[in-house]
Amino acid sequence: MTSTDISAPAVDGKERDARRPRRPAPSPTPAASARRRGRRETLAGYLFLSPWCVGILLLTLGPMLVSLYLAFTDYNLFDSPRWVGLANFSEMFSDDRWWQSVKVTGVFVLIATPLKLALALGVAMLLARPRKGQGFYRSAFYAPSLIGASVSVGIVWRALFQDDAVVDRSLSLFGWSGGGWIGDPEWSMPTLIALSAWQFGAPMVIFLAGLKQVPRELYEAAEVDGAGAWRRFRSITLPMISPVVFFNLLLEIIHSFQIFTSALVIAGPGGGRAGGPGDSLLVYTWYLYEQGFSNLRMGYASAMAWMLLAGIAVVTAVLFWSQRRWVHYEEGGR
Amino acid sequence: MSAPAGTVRPARAGAARRRLGPVLWHVGALAVLVVVLYPVVWVIGASFKPGDEIVGSLELLPTDPIVDNYERLADGIAGIGIETFFLNSLIVAAGSVVGVLFSCSLAAYAFARIRFAGRNLLFTLMIGTLLLPVHVLLVPQYVLFQKLELVNTYVPLLLGKFLAVDAFFVFLMVQFMRNLPRELDEAARIDGCGHWRIYWTIVLPLCRPALITSSIFSFIWAWNDFLGPLLYLNEPEKYTVSLGLKMFMDQDSLADYGGMIAMSMAALLPVLLFFLAFQRHLVEGAATSGLKG
Repeated sequence: MTSTDISAPAVDGKERDARRPRRPAPSPTPAASARRRGRRETLAGYLFLSPWCVGILLLTLGPMLVSLYLAFTDYNLFDSPRWVGLANFSEMFSDDRWWQSVKVTGVFVLIATPLKLALALGVAMLLARPRKGQGFYRSAFYAPSLIGASVSVGIVWRALFQDDAVVDRSLSLFGWSGGGWIGDPEWSMPTLIALSAWQFGAPMVIFLAGLKQVPRELYEAAEVDGAGAWRRFRSITLPMISPVVFFNLLLEIIHSFQIFTSALVIAGPGGGRAGGPGDSLLVYTWYLYEQGFSNLRMGYASAMAWMLLAGIAVVTAVLFWSQRRWVHYEEGGR
Repeated sequence: MSAPAGTVRPARAGAARRRLGPVLWHVGALAVLVVVLYPVVWVIGASFKPGDEIVGSLELLPTDPIVDNYERLADGIAGIGIETFFLNSLIVAAGSVVGVLFSCSLAAYAFARIRFAGRNLLFTLMIGTLLLPVHVLLVPQYVLFQKLELVNTYVPLLLGKFLAVDAFFVFLMVQFMRNLPRELDEAARIDGCGHWRIYWTIVLPLCRPALITSSIFSFIWAWNDFLGPLLYLNEPEKYTVSLGLKMFMDQDSLADYGGMIAMSMAALLPVLLFFLAFQRHLVEGAATSGLKG
């Protein structure tokens, strides 16, 4: 289709042309009628898109600009923002709790994401074999992903991992005396990571869909050539599903950066300042929330938010850049 | 994970291995199932145990189940009837479903079925918002709603749903609509149907599976949401279940452990029921929306 006239007053004409009357148009040249049709399509497109357009302007792009401005100010919600230049950013670098929150979130992202994805891929490969009960297992394994981030499951997790509770006592049967998990600054993070790993179902479902598209012939051919299990995994499975691995990795990393509810609930009861034992669960988003909404330091919180965005952007960019080396997109498709 | 991985490989030549395969497969799958379901079964069992036995006992199910926890819960938390929290959550979750169905299907129709100037750019923008951390928007959105005096109402929790802010659902519906045969539109066009008629009478009815999936996901996510209510609701009478649960945890966790576990269970129940009823839709939805990303 030919490109349409962008200067068409899509928004201004909204009310007037809302009914899109089909004019009889006595004898239009083909070009003119195509242009009119194009313009009408553009108008219809923006009409259908109008809620989304309002949303993205009012609740996404507008707030992003405001947030960027506030990041350079001192703002407490009641007095007007005061420009402070880079002061918020330089304060972060000398703020011990900020560094702690970066460390906590970094450790979580670095350990929880690969662990969850490895579990997801392992179980997906198990389920990829067509066997009785496959659908049941797939659904059951997916369930934790739906409830995992809720306050309820956080409370359950807290109960399971308390000192002398189920996990502690079960492990001590095997001679492991880890002590209280959630009460111990050393072990509270593994507790949170375990909760994240428990939700392997969502990436698993995506891996499964990817695995189903790997042509069987490839494995058969490899077997004829005498390739072992590991070899087949490395040379067939992994390259064939690498786009799915990439997709899962991207989503899970971005997701992990934003962990909030689970960390907060596992850290335990507390008012404004609750980072768990020794701030060992002070995740970035919780510190941001605390600064912005408990301390009403909204300028500082905005600056923190942009640092988070910058962090996520860097990781995303590195992922996309590395994609060329390890992600194989099948040409033409099957 | 490493043990069952061996069974995944396509059948080996060895006949013994072939016979062993299914057995190992079931052993592996069952082992994973036990770990996955344990916390869920545990909380069901624990909610029927006396409060002081919940944490220490290794038994998954209570020897003699009691309903005291639920009875106490019926008296309410901090003077507020428990049904208030559930009703509030229901309002927010049901409102989210309506908003998502309305706004996201409109946006998805535009992206999937109409060719208009700027479509590709806007579509890229929409996908971009999928990757945007919500925390960048928290402060300015709060300031906006505060200036509009809408804090402590459900408007901040619902407005975005009616404005198709959840790109995930737009994306899910776009994927579905793109796969509907184009001939349907063309036939309708020749009959003189405009986009609105095509959207309403042809595309929406055919999109039922995607609409059901989106409804359930948006219900569950709104039901579980904690950050939104935490930011915007400050009167306990308006709290949703997750916020009420956190209040319970902060005030009462030592005094009434059994009640807290029972309420956790009650909060999970609607989600679990939805899951049991619609698990096919949910799992397929999760799979297809991811695959083509």
